[in-house]
Order: sequence, then C-alpha cells, then structure tokens
Amino acid sequence: MTDGARGLTLPRARARRGADLLRRRPGLLLGLNLAVLAAAALVAVAAGTVAIAPADTLGIVLHALGLPVDGSWSAAAEAIVLDLRLPRVLTAVVVGAGLGVAGAAFQGLLRNPLADPYVLGTASGAALGAAIAVLIPVRAVILEFGLVNALAFAGALGAVAVVWFLGRGGTLAPLTGLLLTGYAVGSLLAAGLAMTMYLSGANLRQIVGFLLGGLEGSSWLRLAVAAPLIVGGSAVIVARARVLDGLLLGEEAAAHLGIDVRRERAIMLGLASLVTAAAVAVSGLIGFIGLVAPHAVRLLVGPSARLVVPLSAVFGAVLLVLADLGARLAGEIPVGVVTALIGAPFFVVLLRRARLGYEL
Amino acid sequence: MSGAPVLPGHDPVVHAPAVVPAAPPVALLRGVTAGYRDRLVLRGVDLSIAPGERVALLGPNGAGKSTILRVMAGILPARSGEVLLGGEPVARLRRAQVARRLAAVPGGASLPFAARVEEVVGLGRLPWEDPFRGPRAADRAAVTTALDRVGITALRDRDARELSLGERQLVLLAMAVAQRAPLLVLDEPTVHLDLRHQVAVMELLAELNFRDGTTVLAVLHDLALARHFFPRLVLLDGGRVVADGPPRQVLEPDRVRAIYGVDPGILDARAAADELAGGNGGNGRR
Repeated sequence: MTDGARGLTLPRARARRGADLLRRRPGLLLGLNLAVLAAAALVAVAAGTVAIAPADTLGIVLHALGLPVDGSWSAAAEAIVLDLRLPRVLTAVVVGAGLGVAGAAFQGLLRNPLADPYVLGTASGAALGAAIAVLIPVRAVILEFGLVNALAFAGALGAVAVVWFLGRGGTLAPLTGLLLTGYAVGSLLAAGLAMTMYLSGANLRQIVGFLLGGLEGSSWLRLAVAAPLIVGGSAVIVARARVLDGLLLGEEAAAHLGIDVRRERAIMLGLASLVTAAAVAVSGLIGFIGLVAPHAVRLLVGPSARLVVPLSAVFGAVLLVLADLGARLAGEIPVGVVTALIGAPFFVVLLRRARLGYEL
Repeated sequence: MSGAPVLPGHDPVVHAPAVVPAAPPVALLRGVTAGYRDRLVLRGVDLSIAPGERVALLGPNGAGKSTILRVMAGILPARSGEVLLGGEPVARLRRAQVARRLAAVPGGASLPFAARVEEVVGLGRLPWEDPFRGPRAADRAAVTTALDRVGITALRDRDARELSLGERQLVLLAMAVAQRAPLLVLDEPTVHLDLRHQVAVMELLAELNFRDGTTVLAVLHDLALARHFFPRLVLLDGGRVVADGPPRQVLEPDRVRAIYGVDPGILDARAAADELAGGNGGNGRR
C-alpha cells in the first residue's frame, strides 16, 4: 500500500471509529452538543453592536441566577444582556430545537427525507393567517402577542387539520394522500396569501418580514408563553420516538412490530404540528432548520429516532442561535435569509454524501 | 386446583388424560370473512396452526393468501368469524402483544434513510423494548443470535441499501427472528431470489422450525419448493381453503390443473430442472 493510499484511508477509518463511538455512546454526543450549544449561546449573547466581554456576559447571567458573582460590568451592559439578548437567544434555542424535533418527526412519520415541519401546510396556513392579521385594523395585544402571532398559530394548526381530514379515507395510500393533500392545500393557501399581499399596500413589508422569519420581537413574556408548548410538545415526541423507528420499514411492518400506526401517527402529527405552529407564531417562517438538522444528525448516529430526535433538537438550536447571530451582525437582516443561505448549500453537501430512499 | 395442600393419607387423584390433548393452536381462523372496501377476499376460511408446525399457504394470485396473514396479525379486521392468536381474540390484543406472538417478514419493505444491517435487525426488538431505556443487553444478544441463525453476521455493519436482493431478504428474516415470537409468518419469502437463495431460505425456515420449535407459516408461489420443504400445505382458491394436508394429497394433479389451469406435469419438469440448476446457483432466477 502506498503512503498516499494510507493517507486517504487512515483518516476515513479514524472517522469511522469516531462515528462508531458516537453511536455507542449517544450520551457523550448529547453532552458534546449541549456544550457546543452553551458556547454558541454565550457567544451570541456577548456579540452584537455593543460587544460585551464573554466573561462579563457569563457573570451577568450567573449573577441574575442568584449566584454570588462579583463583576465590574455597567448597568447598560446588564440591561442589554438580560432584557434584550438573553430572551432573544433563548427564544432561538427553543424555536430551533422545536423545528429540529418537528422536522425529525415529520420525516419519520411521512417516511420522506424531503419532509420538513412545513410540509403539511403549517407554513402556508401560518403565512395566510399572519397576512390577514396585518390587513385587519385591530391592534389588540395580549401577553405581548399581537393578532399576527395569534392568526399565524391558528392558521398553521387549521391548515394541518384540513390536510389531515381531507387526506384520509381516499383511495390513495395514507401517506401519499397526506403529502399530496398537503401540497394541494398549501397551494390554495399560497394563492390566498398572494392575493392578500397584493391587497396589502403599505403593509406588505410587515407580511414579508413574517415570511422570512425573525427573532427581533423576542421578549421574556413571549418566550414564557411559547416555550411550554414547544418544549412540552417536543418532550413528548422525544419520549415516543421509537414509534418513528417502527415506521422505518413502512406502515405494515410497523404494525407487525407492535406499533398502533393510526393512533401513533395522529398523536405524533398533532404534536409536531403544535410545536411547529408555536415556533412559527413566535418567529415567523424560518426555513431549513427542520430539514437540515435531522439529516445532519442521522449522518452522525444512524437512523435510530431515539437518538435522532433529541439530537436534532440540540443541533437545530445551535443552528438557529448562530443564524440569528449572523442576522444581527449583518444589520438585522431576516434570519430566514441567513438559514437559507447557510442551509441550502449545506443540504446539497449532505445529499451528495447520503443516498436517500431505496427499496429493501 | 393448584396450590391445594396435599394431606398425608389423602393422595390427590391425578386424572391422567387417556389421550394427550392436542396443544392449543398458535393461530386459529374459524369461518373468517374479510376484504378491502367492497371487495370480499376471504369467504369463510377455517385454518388451525398447531405449535411447531411448518405450513405453506398456496394458491393462485388473488386467492387470499396474504390477506389471511394480515387478518391473522390483526392488521385487517375480519368481517365475521373468529381469529385467535395464542388462544385469544386478536382484536382484543394490543399491537405490541400481537407482535410478541407473531413475527412477520414484511413484503415490499423500503427504507427512507440509511441504516446498518444491525440497526434494521434491531427493529425486531421493538415489541420487547422499554420505550425510554431503549435496547438493552438482552436485546443486543437477541440481535446477535438472529444474525448468526440467519447466517449474516458478516453483514452486520454493512449499509442495508448496498446489499443484494437476496441479502436484504435475509436481513428482514433476521429481523423477524430477533422478534422471538412463537409464530413466524412470511409473505412470499423467496420472491426475487435466485434458486440457491430460495433453497437457503427454505432450509433456514426448516432449521428454525426444527431447532427452535418456531411455528412457520409461509405464503409460497412455488409449488415445487412448497412440496419439497413443507410437511403441510394449505391450498386456497377464491377465498376458501380447498385442500389442507400433506403435499402428495394437496397437490393432486387434477386439483392443480383445475385451480391453476396448468398441466401439473410442468411441476415435475420444474423439480427436475431445480435439481439440475441447484449445483451452479445463480442461473435459476425466475
């Protein structure tokens, strides 16, 4: 064997051993990912138009948690960290995690590697809801959520409900029926959205802002309202993740492996849609996180949903924290633009590495 | 009756059965009708599978062979009649309970994501696993045993997508073996396989049946294979059992001609060809 060949094979063998280690010790991987997430969050809180030293940032956060930390930071720095950046970064963590979990759940449930949290109409439903809210001259605000957030949430859930009830009982296989109905309903809602945007006049910018997603509206109160839905729904999905494993070989195989397919599919789709709707209501339509995070995790740990779902949460959170940081540093551009700019090329690379879908 | 104290001087009377009662069937269908939408497929099926049996289900396309398997597993509810699995009505069992009594080798399975052979075989442990803890040492041991039984230990770390059709069929069989259910059902396990793999699967089923006492029920199309490897054949036609018994009795030339519309002499030709082709493997693809 030549040195050149050895140079090629050795790192690959080492990488393979590394991957094997990660498969066998998922706890290690989870810990590693959480550490990365903590570091990313710290950097995201520290960085911005007013840069605050990471040590001071950490001190302010720990101090706020009641730990006896002495520091010499300014009151302004404390206000920036605690009132502005921390709720925003934590919202990014929660929304990113929710999108990661929902993406993994939809991909597993629909047995489709191209599925994402928006595939069954949540996105178009939320978009239409938000756009209609922009046109309605009512400016009620409850718990810091406006009509836009409320109608986006209702629109997302309403669209999924319509897809669910229309997509069943036809002559198609259940999953094909759901996907095609999702596409049809999504197209219809998109037409409604286009019409609303056309009529919106001066409010167009607000609608477009929602469509591209953003976390600049984050606050502690809004986080407190959305987090229980997103975290709670995600936690139940994680706990039931083995249902997704059962579905790996198809619905009939899943039934033979002891899964009550209809019931579990309804529960999981409902939960994943709830998580998605809550995430979308808070932050608008942020693309690619829910598509890319599960695929990246699968490359590392294989298909077992028991690992893929929780790790997708952490990886989704890391991605969104960093994307939002990028969006802020670039002068508050919409975060959806950043996730697409990073996510699309990343996804192409993933697709080239992982062949998807085949008969067994 | 159990647990009653045995007093000295009062020997309990033991009623030794004059005839050893047949063990209760692992699966029993009585007067079962079933179908899809407005199409009735099973029109009154009676079938009893005793523990340790090895049974092949035969019949022309559309006779209801696969439907029997789906009704037996409770995936398709019977419209009328009785379906018992391990003595209990299948409709009253939870899915996980069914999966501990009946393991199926799924036909037409596909994988949407990459998976190693070991991971696919590990799916067979789902009915036994704790949902939160995941696979434990006993589950991993069952996977190792199943891989060994089916003879694919060497494929363990391979990507399941890169295997040949024959190897994939063995992976799915190993998955069902890892499920460790007393009844193993297979829907056309030899489809897509060349002659050598067909025979290998048949021998494997016989071995599982013989060594582990697993009851085997397989839907087969190949009458010659069925006749050679199965002591009991059940022939279906038009949603009814038309013959049930040992091969010689079931595959009567007149009956085969009536049901398949083919001269049964072709069977003997096939058998002869099988023996010829058995030596060089590969060329027996149907």
